[in-house]
Amino acid sequence: MDILLQNCRIVDPVTDRDEDGMDIEILSGVITAIGKKLKSKAQQKDLNGAIIAPGFFDMHVHLREPGQEYKETIETGTRAAASGGFTGLCCMPNTDPPISDPFVVSYIRQKAAGNIVDVEICGTMTKGRKGEELSPMQTLADAGVKMISDDGSAVASAEVMRRVFEYGKMFDFLCTEHCEEPTMTKGTCMHEGKISTKLGMPGYPSVAEDIIVSRDILLAEYISGVRYHVAHLSTLNAVRLVREAKARGVKVSCEVTPHHFTLTDEAVEIHLANAKMNPPLREKEDIEAIIAGLQDGTIDCISTDHAPHATHEKETDMMSAAFGIIGCETAVGLGLTKLVHSGKLSLKKYIEVSSTNPRKLIKLPGIKIAEGKKANLTIIDLNKEWTFAKEDIYSKSHNTPFIGAKLKGQAIGIINNALAWWRP
Amino acid sequence: MKGRTIANLFFENSTRTRTSFELAEKRLGATIATLSMQASSIAKGESLIDTVKVINAMKIDCIVVRHSSSGIPNLLRKHLPQSTQIINAGDGAHEHPTQALLDAATLQEKLGSLKGKKIVIIGDIRHSRVARSNMILLGKLGANVTLIAPSTLVPNYVEEVFGVKVRSQIGNELKDADAIIALRIQLERQSRSFFPSLSDFRSRYGLTPLQLVETSAYILHPGPANRNIELDDEVADSEKSLILQQVKRGVAIRMAVLEWIFEA
Repeated sequence: MDILLQNCRIVDPVTDRDEDGMDIEILSGVITAIGKKLKSKAQQKDLNGAIIAPGFFDMHVHLREPGQEYKETIETGTRAAASGGFTGLCCMPNTDPPISDPFVVSYIRQKAAGNIVDVEICGTMTKGRKGEELSPMQTLADAGVKMISDDGSAVASAEVMRRVFEYGKMFDFLCTEHCEEPTMTKGTCMHEGKISTKLGMPGYPSVAEDIIVSRDILLAEYISGVRYHVAHLSTLNAVRLVREAKARGVKVSCEVTPHHFTLTDEAVEIHLANAKMNPPLREKEDIEAIIAGLQDGTIDCISTDHAPHATHEKETDMMSAAFGIIGCETAVGLGLTKLVHSGKLSLKKYIEVSSTNPRKLIKLPGIKIAEGKKANLTIIDLNKEWTFAKEDIYSKSHNTPFIGAKLKGQAIGIINNALAWWRP
Repeated sequence: MKGRTIANLFFENSTRTRTSFELAEKRLGATIATLSMQASSIAKGESLIDTVKVINAMKIDCIVVRHSSSGIPNLLRKHLPQSTQIINAGDGAHEHPTQALLDAATLQEKLGSLKGKKIVIIGDIRHSRVARSNMILLGKLGANVTLIAPSTLVPNYVEEVFGVKVRSQIGNELKDADAIIALRIQLERQSRSFFPSLSDFRSRYGLTPLQLVETSAYILHPGPANRNIELDDEVADSEKSLILQQVKRGVAIRMAVLEWIFEA
C-alpha cells in the first residue's frame, strides 16, 4: 500500500510530538518520509488537518468466535474495531470452547491472519473458566498468549487465585481479573442504588467489585512480582484501592470502559437491557472518581469490553437479558467527547491511554511515528460532530444504548499491516 | 367494553389478581382470554417479546400482564403498538398499581381523606411491589408512610426515593397509626438469608393481638397471607381487618381502570 497523507496533525506521545501541517509518505506499509509539503508518486489523500496518532489498541474485546458466531465473528468483530479506529485488539477467552488450549489459539490466529487489525489472544486463567484448576499456561505462552483472564467471572477461590498468580508469574502474563464477588451478585441485574430501589430490581453492590479488587491486590502484594490487571473497573473505591496499591509499589494496572465514564445507572430506565452490563453502570460519584483516575494515571487504559449479543438476548426483561454492549464503534467518539473536549484529559494523555499504555501492558512493541517504522496509525477528525446511528455499526450485533448519541470527534480511518481502512 | 378483547397474560402464579381482573373484564362485557404462561411457548424457547407479539396479533385491545421480572410492562410498551393498552398486574418487585389503588380506595372509605394520615407498611419491603406502589400512591394522597422492617428487607435509599420513614422495630409506631398494611413474606424468594427464622421474624414484626391493644388502626394485607407469621388469626379475622374489603374493592377498581383507559 502506497499513500501520501497530506495536511495532518501528528500527535505522538512517545516522541512527544504535536505538529500540524504535516505530510506522511507510506510505501508498502512503511513510513518513508515525514515533512511539510512532501512530493510523492503515491496516491495522495488530503486529511484537512486530521490527527494522526499511533494505532489505538483495545485490550478487551469479545469476538465470540469460536462457538457464538451468531453474535459476532472474528471478521465482523475486527471490522467493528477497525471502524472504531483500533489497529489492534485482544480477544477475551469466554468463547465456546473457551481459550484454554493452544488449538483454540491457533484457530483464532488462522482466522485473523492477514487482517488489518492485529488480534492478540487472551487465554483463560483456569481450565474451562471454571475457577478450579490452572489452565495449561506453558502451552498458552508457547502459543503467544500474553494475557490470561477468566473474564465473565472472577476466580472466586482465593486459593486458586493465589496459584494463578504464582504460576502465571513465571510467564510474565498480565493476569486480568473480572472483579465480582459472586455470592453477592447472584441473581442481580443492575447497580444497587437509588434506581434499583425505585425499579425493584435486585442490585449488584459496588462493594462486590471492591472486595475482589482488594483481595487480589493483597494477593498480588503477597505473591510479589505478578502483574495484576483489573478489567473494566467501575467504582470509586476500586479506583482508590488501585491508586493506593500503585503508591505502595504493587504491580497493578487497570482499565475502564467508555460506558463506565459516560453513563450512570439512570440509563437503565431509558435503555432497559441495553444498559445492562457487568459490572453495571454505577453513579455520578463513580464517574468522577474514574475521570480523576484517568487524570492522575491510576487508570492505565481505556478498553471497550465490546460484548455483542443477538437481539433476542437483549430485547427481553432485565433479569433474563445478557450482560454487555458493543463498544468498538463508539469508544473514540465517547472518549473525545467526554474526556478531551470536556477539558478533563489532554489529547496526548488520551492517546496514551488508548494506544501506548495497553500495548505496554501486554508487552507489544511500541509504535513510533517515524521514518523507517511500520505505519500503524489511527486517524481522527477531532472536531467532527456526528450522531451515532445504526448504520455506523459494523458489529454483527446491535446492542448499544448509544444509538442517537451526539458525539464530537470520530476515528475516520486506520492504517496497519500495509492496509488502509477509511470511513465511507 | 362490548367488542373489546382483553388478554390476561400471567407469567407468574396468581389466583386473586387474575380472578379479580377476569371478573372485572367479564362484568364489563369484554371478550377475554387468560393465559398462564409458565407451561406455554416460553418454555419451548420462544422469546417473551415474540409470544406477546403473537398474542397481540389476534387483535387484542388490552393486555393485562403479570410477570416475576421487574420492568416487563415498560418493555412491552416499547414493542407493542400504541393502540394496545397495557395494564400492569404486578411486575417483579417493581409495582402493582391496581393493588395500591384498591388499598387506597379501601382506606379512603374508612378514613376519608388520607392527607396527614399515618399508614404503616410492615414486613418484606425489599421484594414487595405492593409496598412500592403504595409508597408512591399514598404519598401522592398526602399520607405519612412509615415502613417497619428488618434492615435486610429494606432496599437502600428507600427514604430518599419514596419519601417515607423507616423503622427497624415496631416500638411505639403502631399507637398513632391509622392503618397498617402487613406484607407477605415471600417465602419463595427467601433464597438468601434475610432473617434467621420465621419465628424470629414473627416475634419482631408479626402483628399479634397484644401489639394491637393500644391502636385503633385498620389492618390490611394484599394476600395471600401467611397466617400466624405476618399476622395472627385473631388479627386477620378481627373487626379492624379490611382484608376482605380489599378483595371486594379490587374488582371494582379494576373495572374502573379498564373503563378509564378506554375512555381516555
